[in-house]
This record gives sequence, C-alpha cells and structure tokens, in this order.
Amino acid sequence: MVADPVALQVAADLFPNGISRYAVGGLLVGLGAVVIYLGTGIPAGASTFLESTLSYVSGQSRFQRYVASRDWRVVFTLGIVLGGFLFALTVQSGLVSSSLYQPGTTGQLHQLGGFTFWTTNVQPWRLFLGGTLVGIGTRIGKGCTSGHGVCGVGSASKTSIVGVATFLAVAIGTAQIVAALGVTP
Amino acid sequence: MSDRHPLFKPLIFVGGLIFGFGLGFSHMARPEVVLQFLTFDDLGLLFVMFGAAVVSGIAFALMPRIRDRAPLTGDRYERRLKPFDRNVLIGGGIFGVGWGLSGICPGAAYASLGVGNVTILWALAGMFVGAYLQGWWRSRSDDLDPAAASAD
Repeated sequence: MVADPVALQVAADLFPNGISRYAVGGLLVGLGAVVIYLGTGIPAGASTFLESTLSYVSGQSRFQRYVASRDWRVVFTLGIVLGGFLFALTVQSGLVSSSLYQPGTTGQLHQLGGFTFWTTNVQPWRLFLGGTLVGIGTRIGKGCTSGHGVCGVGSASKTSIVGVATFLAVAIGTAQIVAALGVTP
Repeated sequence: MSDRHPLFKPLIFVGGLIFGFGLGFSHMARPEVVLQFLTFDDLGLLFVMFGAAVVSGIAFALMPRIRDRAPLTGDRYERRLKPFDRNVLIGGGIFGVGWGLSGICPGAAYASLGVGNVTILWALAGMFVGAYLQGWWRSRSDDLDPAAASAD
C-alpha cells in the first residue's frame, strides 16, 4: 500500500507528536474509570473531591452533602497523584521505554536521584486564576472532564454531551484569545 | 460506610493509579499540551478524551445487562445521567474560561502534581478557592430558599 503524501502531511500538521501516546493514555484513563465502575458501580469524577474534601473543614451545607463519599474520594485522588508519580519514575525517567511514547518538548525537565521530573512553564497567575474558575465552574456545571467527559459521554448522557460541548467551545475561544493577546507561556 | 467491603478503597486506589498513569502518559497532565490542543496546534488530545469515553462507554453499556449489582458496594450498575438545567451551561462556560486560561482540569492537575509539577499547586489552590466560593454562595442561597435546594 502506498500512503498518500498529502494525507500524511495533513496528519503531521494536525498531530505533530503522533497519536499513540494520546490513544494509549486515553485507554488507560478509561480503564481506570472502568475498574472503579466494575467493582463499585460508581461513575467516578475528579472534581467532586474539591467539595467533598472541604467538608472536613467547613460546615456549609453544600459540602456536608458529600460527607459519605469524602474518604474514598481522597483515596481516588491520592491514586491519581501516585499514578502520575509512577509514570514519572518509569516512562518519563526513561527506565521503561516504548515506541508508543513521544517525550515531547514542553516545560522543564529536572533530574533528581536518577529520576526525571517535569514542571510547567505556564505562569502561576494563569494557573491560579484559571484554577479558581475551574473550581467554580465544574461544581456549578455538575462535572468536569472526567465526570462529564469520560463517564457522562460514555453513558451517552445528553446533559454531559451538552456540558462537554459548552466547556470545550468556551475553552477553545478563551485559549485562542489569550494566545492572540500574546500571553505566553 | 462502615459496612463497605474491605476491598472497596484498595480498588478505588488501583483505579486512580491507572487513571493517573494514563493522564501522565498522554501528557494531558501538562498544561502546555492542553493549550496546544485548544489553539489547534496539536489535536492529539481528542484521542485521550474520546478514547477514554469509548472504553468507559463499553462498560456502561454492557455491565447493566451482565450483572445487576456491583460486588463491592451492592449498588446497581447505572449510567451516569444528570438532570439538565441552565447550571450545566453556566458552569460549563465558567469552567471553559478557566480551562482555556490555565490548560488544566481537576484530574489532570492531581496527576500533574505526581509527575513532579509543583507549580500546579497554584492551580490546585485556585480550584479549592473556587469550589469554596461557589459552595459558600450556594449554601447561603439554599438556606434562604429551601425550594431551590431540591432543584439541583
């Protein structure tokens, strides 16, 4: 089979880092959600942790409604943090290599005790202000990229599909405006 | 939930590990990569979101037909369905501005901390501040107007 050079060029423009690391990562994210669902019947989302954890320190009724689930949500979040850490110790550090993994050139790499850690170049004010809006929006909008995006879309929920379409469209517009204003990184 | 199965939390933890490893491997834990996706410089992130949704979609479609209840909780297998109202649009819009500005969402932020990105603590601090602000505001309006509380 001879590949069409025009099609290859378009693919290289749209996917300069290939698709394998994205596809493999996506399958693992889905698998993590499925493991929890199979064992517990719970369609897990990541953003409820923010409010359920606040119930340890605040008596507000909006947080107290999550008291029953707050312990396992801490466990879920610790699992996600340590999953990222495990990735850093193995693949990111080069101890495990795979043709499916493209290292990329973003951010800063740091060597520490034989392992490779990564930090972002995105400015703290963007992270803090953006994070604040993420905290407000995901809780008012009933879900985030995992709750609506993975579990909700996977459930073919119309609410989640509309939610994802909304935050995706607004995020694209926002990122394009911020980039056009010359804010970098 | 003292009567929960002893394997309940270990299983949640293992699921979280796989989930976080996937976010690291896919580079969705890197705000730069999310921002490159949103500005159409690298559309690979589509494969993360839809790949994950397809995998979970298979489980959500099949499990209710295979078994009635989950072994560790006794809960019924159900799809994730939430009622639609204008909050989905308002909240989604606010989340979209935040995601487009920072390039980070909650799950990816937890995984980002794991890959060594201590700078992401700014975003995590912001997320707690934001979640607290909306919870404080909505708890107050729920107390003033109990009818509105049940509408959510």
